Amino acid sequence: MSITYLEAIRAAQARALADDPRVFIYGQDVGAFGGAFKATKNLAIEFPGRVIDAPISEDAMLGLAVGAAIEGMRPIIEIQFADFSTTGFNQIVNQAATLYWRTNVPCPITVRLPSGGTSGSGPFHSQSMEALYAHYPGLIVMTPATVEDAYSMLLEAVAIDDPVIFCEHKYLYYHLKAEALPTEAMPVGKARIARAGRDLTLVAYSAMLHEALAVAEELVSEGTEIEVVDLRCVKPLDTDTVMASVARTGRLLCVGEAWPWGGVTAEVVARVAAEGFDLLDAPPQRLNAKDTPVPYHPALWAAHRPTARSIAAAARRLLRL
Amino acid sequence: MLHTVLNPGAVGEVSSICDAHIKAYRIMLLARVLDDKFASLYRMGKMHGGVFLGRGQEALSASVGLALRKGDIFAPLIRDTAGRLAFGEPVLDAVRTQFGSPLGPMRARDGNVHRGRPKEGLLAMISHLGAMISVVNGALLARRFKGVTGVVGATCIGDGATSTGAFHEAVNQAAVENLPLVLIIANNHYAYSTPNERQFACRSLLDKAVGYGVAGQQVDGTDLSACLGVVGDAVSRARAGRGPQMVVASLLRLCGHGEHDDASYVNSDLRAAPVGRDCLKVAEETLFRQNWANAAAISRWRHDAVQKVEEAVAKVQREPNPDPYKEDWCALASKHLSEGNE
Ligand SMILES: Cc1ncc(C[n+]2csc(CCOP(=O)(O)OP(=O)(O)O)c2C)c(N)n1
Ligand SMILES: [Mg+2]
Repeated sequence: MSITYLEAIRAAQARALADDPRVFIYGQDVGAFGGAFKATKNLAIEFPGRVIDAPISEDAMLGLAVGAAIEGMRPIIEIQFADFSTTGFNQIVNQAATLYWRTNVPCPITVRLPSGGTSGSGPFHSQSMEALYAHYPGLIVMTPATVEDAYSMLLEAVAIDDPVIFCEHKYLYYHLKAEALPTEAMPVGKARIARAGRDLTLVAYSAMLHEALAVAEELVSEGTEIEVVDLRCVKPLDTDTVMASVARTGRLLCVGEAWPWGGVTAEVVARVAAEGFDLLDAPPQRLNAKDTPVPYHPALWAAHRPTARSIAAAARRLLRL
Repeated sequence: MLHTVLNPGAVGEVSSICDAHIKAYRIMLLARVLDDKFASLYRMGKMHGGVFLGRGQEALSASVGLALRKGDIFAPLIRDTAGRLAFGEPVLDAVRTQFGSPLGPMRARDGNVHRGRPKEGLLAMISHLGAMISVVNGALLARRFKGVTGVVGATCIGDGATSTGAFHEAVNQAAVENLPLVLIIANNHYAYSTPNERQFACRSLLDKAVGYGVAGQQVDGTDLSACLGVVGDAVSRARAGRGPQMVVASLLRLCGHGEHDDASYVNSDLRAAPVGRDCLKVAEETLFRQNWANAAAISRWRHDAVQKVEEAVAKVQREPNPDPYKEDWCALASKHLSEGNE
């Protein structure tokens, strides 16, 4: 039996609904239809009245989640595509993110954002928004890269007493498979050494993890051992694991699919430069998408985002520095 | 470049009702043939990303495009192949954007229905529903600043999109500014899989017009004659300075949300009801009944439409893919302020 990343997300929601009567799911087409990506398939039947179709009203969807959370519920909000969370942005960053700090009442909501680029999806169905949400105090931002993490982190997201932005990557939905669902998990906020190495630390998260792993494999033939760190969660960011890896390798390359200005890769580089400058044998590097909206045509899209090829080139450059 | 396909407007007196109907029918037919071509190319795996069609909504959409004139503003949405053609969008623009040709108006950067030529009054939609209405308002306000009168701005939207905050803000805004906005709501009874009952609880979407002090009319979206009349009147009233106008059309989308979707959630009673009629067939029956056209004429028109579409597709399929090395990868008009990339 094998299970996909998408099935893991569905399974985690089924389990959350089964284990905790406070959980409900709210989003466009999530009910009988099972969601645009089928992440809630059959859940409306298995959990009657708890998987509810929303109107096309992201602001109201998020506001409703906050209100329900205040009353002790644990809503999971599915945004049809991460890109459309911008119309619910105000409720997320000003309402959900500030509630606990202002009132001492926690806001345990989970916002599922089908994120990232897939071929032919264009500027409005491809965005990676983790940096935007991570910028705001009061939010936890998860970016699972594996089937196991998609499952266990989503369960944790629901259990956590704070608003969690759960960035699930659409590119991984069907491609990524695991043998079984995990029975144990690393704690939230802990990064993982996805592959050990001694020559260069390659930090990645979400779909970019798999490009990074491919690069590590490819460079073996060149006599290079790359250590790959999967951040798993971009806020909180596990600086310790990254720093420990850089202490071993002396070289840092951080890769993200999001835009280059600021963001997760800039944060990682800034922290390592500030706190681990003397661990570095070369200037820390980062690689992101280009600074334009995400293009539609596959040929442009492939050049816009980092790929194993461009990451490998950046890694080789860094190894020569 | 626009308005070379047709010369819209001028839908007028009794003698030209027949001409107007024929003109609209031929636009609808061209739109249907184009949509069908996209659907078949999608099934053959020849398309990047999704394909979104306007099948079943051509009568309404064509009526909007035809009621507009050069100099008006039009912000079509996903199901407006017909309206775009009627407004004068070349078939090539549609095909090039669907294929992601670098020679198209969107230069392979955006695709499928996300296309337009803003300089020529044809706005390029973003995906976020409801977002185009206030943009039309802004264009109309600019015309007012510039002292240009007698223009209207039309935009189309679905039943689902009436639940967005953007919709409500923009309708209120148009009413406050008394703008010549014509807002066409295609109530096809579903927003993706979500039926009207889960979308709104008012008796009619027209109530939303009433709530904002906007004039509203209802129309049978499967009936071309009715659409030409009601939409034409709404556009005339807006043009005459009588403020924003809303038209709510009842119809069904006779395809999936996108071509990936089999639309099995659509209630079969609705499909069988008059609202599920195919507007193209209805329009054709009118042509026969009124003796405005015979089968030979219709088959000639279809042949013309097929030829146009096939020529455009063949041409675009020979066009080069975009070259990432030739892209400037710059999202700013002020190139000197661009940070470059990587
Ligand atoms: C703000 C926003 N939220 C969600 C979506 C995703 N989405 C795309 S089309 C669609 C359904 C639209 O339904 P409707 O407005 O009735 O138009 P129709 O497709 O029926 O023509 C949804 C939910 C979106 N495009 N924009
Ligand atoms: Mg609809």
